[in-house]
Amino acid sequence: MDTTPEQNTPVKTEAPANATKKPRSAFYRTSGSVPSQLPPMGPDMAPLWPPKVDILMTVLFGIAVFTMPIWLQPFGAAYPDLMQRFAIFGIFAIGFNILFGLTGYLSFGHAAFLGVGSYSAVWAFKLFSLNPIPALLMAIVISGVFALAIGFVSLRRTGIYFSILTLAFAQMCYNLAYSVLTPITNGETGLRVLSDDPRIIDAAFTGDNFVAVPQSGFFGISMSGMNGFWACAIALMIAFYIALRITRSPFGMMLRGIKSNQTRMNYIGFNTRPYTLIAFVISGMYAGLAGGLLAVVDPLAGAERMQWTASGEVVLMTILGGAGTLIGPFLGAVIIKYFENIFSALGDTTLRSVFDFLPEQLREVVVWAVSPFVGDGWHLTLGVLFMLVVIFLPGGLIEGFRRIGRMFTRKKEG
Amino acid sequence: MDALILQFLNGLDKGGAYALIALGLTLTFGTLGVVNFAHGALFMLGAFCAVLTARVLSLESVTIDPTQTTPWGTPLEVRTTYLEMWFGDLGAGIVDYSVFISILFVIPVMLLIGVIFERGLIRHFYKRPHAEQILVTFGLAIVLSEIVKAWFGANPIPVSSPAAFSGSADIAAWFGLDMVLAYPYWRLVYLAASIIIIAAVFAFLNLTTYGMVVRAGMQDRETVQFLGINIERRFTVVFGIAAVVAGLAGALYTPILPPNYNLGMEFLVLSFVVVVVGGMGSLSGAVAAGFLLGILQSFASLTEVKAIFPGIDQIIIYLVAVVVLLTRPRGLLGRKGVMES
Repeated sequence: MDTTPEQNTPVKTEAPANATKKPRSAFYRTSGSVPSQLPPMGPDMAPLWPPKVDILMTVLFGIAVFTMPIWLQPFGAAYPDLMQRFAIFGIFAIGFNILFGLTGYLSFGHAAFLGVGSYSAVWAFKLFSLNPIPALLMAIVISGVFALAIGFVSLRRTGIYFSILTLAFAQMCYNLAYSVLTPITNGETGLRVLSDDPRIIDAAFTGDNFVAVPQSGFFGISMSGMNGFWACAIALMIAFYIALRITRSPFGMMLRGIKSNQTRMNYIGFNTRPYTLIAFVISGMYAGLAGGLLAVVDPLAGAERMQWTASGEVVLMTILGGAGTLIGPFLGAVIIKYFENIFSALGDTTLRSVFDFLPEQLREVVVWAVSPFVGDGWHLTLGVLFMLVVIFLPGGLIEGFRRIGRMFTRKKEG
Repeated sequence: MDALILQFLNGLDKGGAYALIALGLTLTFGTLGVVNFAHGALFMLGAFCAVLTARVLSLESVTIDPTQTTPWGTPLEVRTTYLEMWFGDLGAGIVDYSVFISILFVIPVMLLIGVIFERGLIRHFYKRPHAEQILVTFGLAIVLSEIVKAWFGANPIPVSSPAAFSGSADIAAWFGLDMVLAYPYWRLVYLAASIIIIAAVFAFLNLTTYGMVVRAGMQDRETVQFLGINIERRFTVVFGIAAVVAGLAGALYTPILPPNYNLGMEFLVLSFVVVVVGGMGSLSGAVAAGFLLGILQSFASLTEVKAIFPGIDQIIIYLVAVVVLLTRPRGLLGRKGVMES
C-alpha cells in the first residue's frame, strides 16, 4: 500500500501504548462506528476541525459556487453549459476523492458508474417522468448497486490489483454497452429521450405522455441553461456537505486509518473490508449522481462516458487539485474542464490570430508547434499535464499553495 | 468438431499476443518493481513502426502515361514504388515483405525507446508509491497514443501481409484429416513468431549468465549489488527487452488487426487481466494464462455459445479473472509474497 513515513509514525507510536489500557472488547469490533472513547490518535488522526465549522465551510463553498456566474465573467467561462460541467465533474471528483484521497484505493474504472448513472437517469425519463428527482434517485441507486457488485469483487485485492480490476470492469461495461446491451444503451447512437415514450407518472398526472421537446423539467421549470446550473450547484453543495461530514466522522477516520496502514488496522481487530466497500459504494453513488445530472441537463447518454480516458480524467482532476483534501478535487475539476473547453475550441486560424504579434515565419513555427496540443489534440495536453503534476507536484495544487504559503511565513519568521 | 479446432487455432494467435505483452509486463514488474501502464502503448508503437516501415518502403513515383487514358478520359497515372524502380523484382519483393523488414526497424527503435523511458522517467519512480507509478505511466500512455493519433490519424491503418502468406492453409490436409480447416497463413506465422520470441526470452533468462544475474536480481536485489554487479544497468536492459517484445508483438499483429491509436489500451487491459490470472511475478504463468485466455475468448465467440450466453465473448476474460481472484487470489502460478498486501 502507499504509505508514507509521515502518515505512519503517529499511529505507530500512539496506538499500541494506549491500546493496553482499554477493555479488550472495544478492539474486537468488526463493524459499526469507532467508539467515541477510543485512544487519542496521533495528529494525523485527530478531528480536523470543530463541528460548527462544517456549516460555515459549506456556506462559504456554496457562496463561491453560486456566485460563479459573477466571478467567472472575466475568464469568459460564465455561461451555463460550462458551469454545469464544473459543478457536475466537481461532484464526480469529490466522490472519487472519498475513495482515493481518503481510503487510498486508486480506482481506474469510475467512469463506469458515471455512465451507468447517465443511462439510468435517461431510462427514468423514458419510463417514469421528466422530473429530475426520480431520475437522480434512480441514477444514484443503480450506480450504487453496480458499485456494490464491482467493489465486492475488486476490493478483495489492494494496490495495483485493485486498480487493474476496476479498469477491467470499466472496460467490460464499456464493451457491453457498445455491443450486447444495445437494446438498453442504444449502442453507438446513444440513448435519447423520445417524444412518445411511456412516462407512466407524467401520463398519470397530465393524461398524456407526449412531449414535443423532451427536456427534463422540475415542476415546469426547464432544466436547461441557467436553471440547470442552479440545480447542479445545489446538488454540488449537498454533495460537498456530505463529503465534509464523512471526512470528519469516525467512519472517515477509519478510512484515513485504512489509508495510513491497513495491516495495522487489521491487527488491532478491525475488519476493514466493510469500510472500504462502503467507501467504494458511496463514491460510486457520487459518480452516479454526476452521471444523472449530466443526463438532466442534456437528456442523452452515450457509452463514451465510460471509456478509460474518462476514468483517467477524474483521477487527474483529483490529483491536480490535491487528493485527500476537500476543496482540491473540485478545484481540479474546474481547471480541467475550463482548459478542455478553451483548448478544444482552438483551431489553427484562432491560433494564428492569437500569435498575431509575432513575425510571419516565427508565427507559423509557433502555430505548427502548438497546434497538436489544441483542438482534437486536447487529450495530449491532458496527458502531459497529468505527467507533470504526478512528477513534480504529487500533492496537487493545494499542496503547491501550502508550499507557497509556507515560503511566506518562513520569510516573516526569518 | 471442425469449428472447435478452428476456434482453438484462432485463439492461439490472439493468446500469443496476450502472452507476449503479459510477459513484458511481468518482466518489468519482476525486475524494476514498477507497474507499467504504458506497456500497451509500447505494443501500439511497435504496430505503428510496422505501418511506418510499410509507408516508407512503398513510397511511389507517379508518372503519367500519355498513350493510355482511364475510362474517364484523364491520362492514366502509373504508380511505381521507388524500390521497384531501382531494384526491379528485388525491390518489389522488399515492399511485399515490409512486415518482416519492419522487424529490423522495430528491434533497435523499441530498445532505444525502452531505455529512454527507463532512464528518463521510470527510474525516478522506483521509490515512489505504486499509485504514482501507475499514474505517471498512465499519463505517458495517453501522451504516446495521442502523438500517434496526431501523426497517423484516428482511423485504423491496414497493413498487408506478404502475398505468399495471404491465403489460408488447409491444415486438415497436412495431417490427413477429413475435415475443413482453413487457417490463414499469417496467423500461423504469428503463432510461430510468438513461440520463438517467448522461447528466446526464456532462453536468455535461463541459459545465459547475464540472465542468471537478472533472475538473481529479481530475487534479491541488494545481495546482487553487494557482489559488485551493476544491477540497475541490467534492469534497464531488461526493460528494453520487454519493450522490444511488446513492439514485435505489435508489429507482427498488424496484418491481423489494422492498428489504431487506441490499440494499446485495449490490449493493455486484457494483458493486465492475463497477468493477474497467471500470477503477478510469474513469467511462465503469464505465458500460460495468455494462451489460455486467448483460446477461451475464441471459444466464447462461437455462434453456438453466444446463442446461449449473449455477449459472453466480450466478458469471458473478465469473468475468468473474477473467478480466479475469488478462488485463487495469487493467480494460477503466482509466487508467494509478490504484491500481496
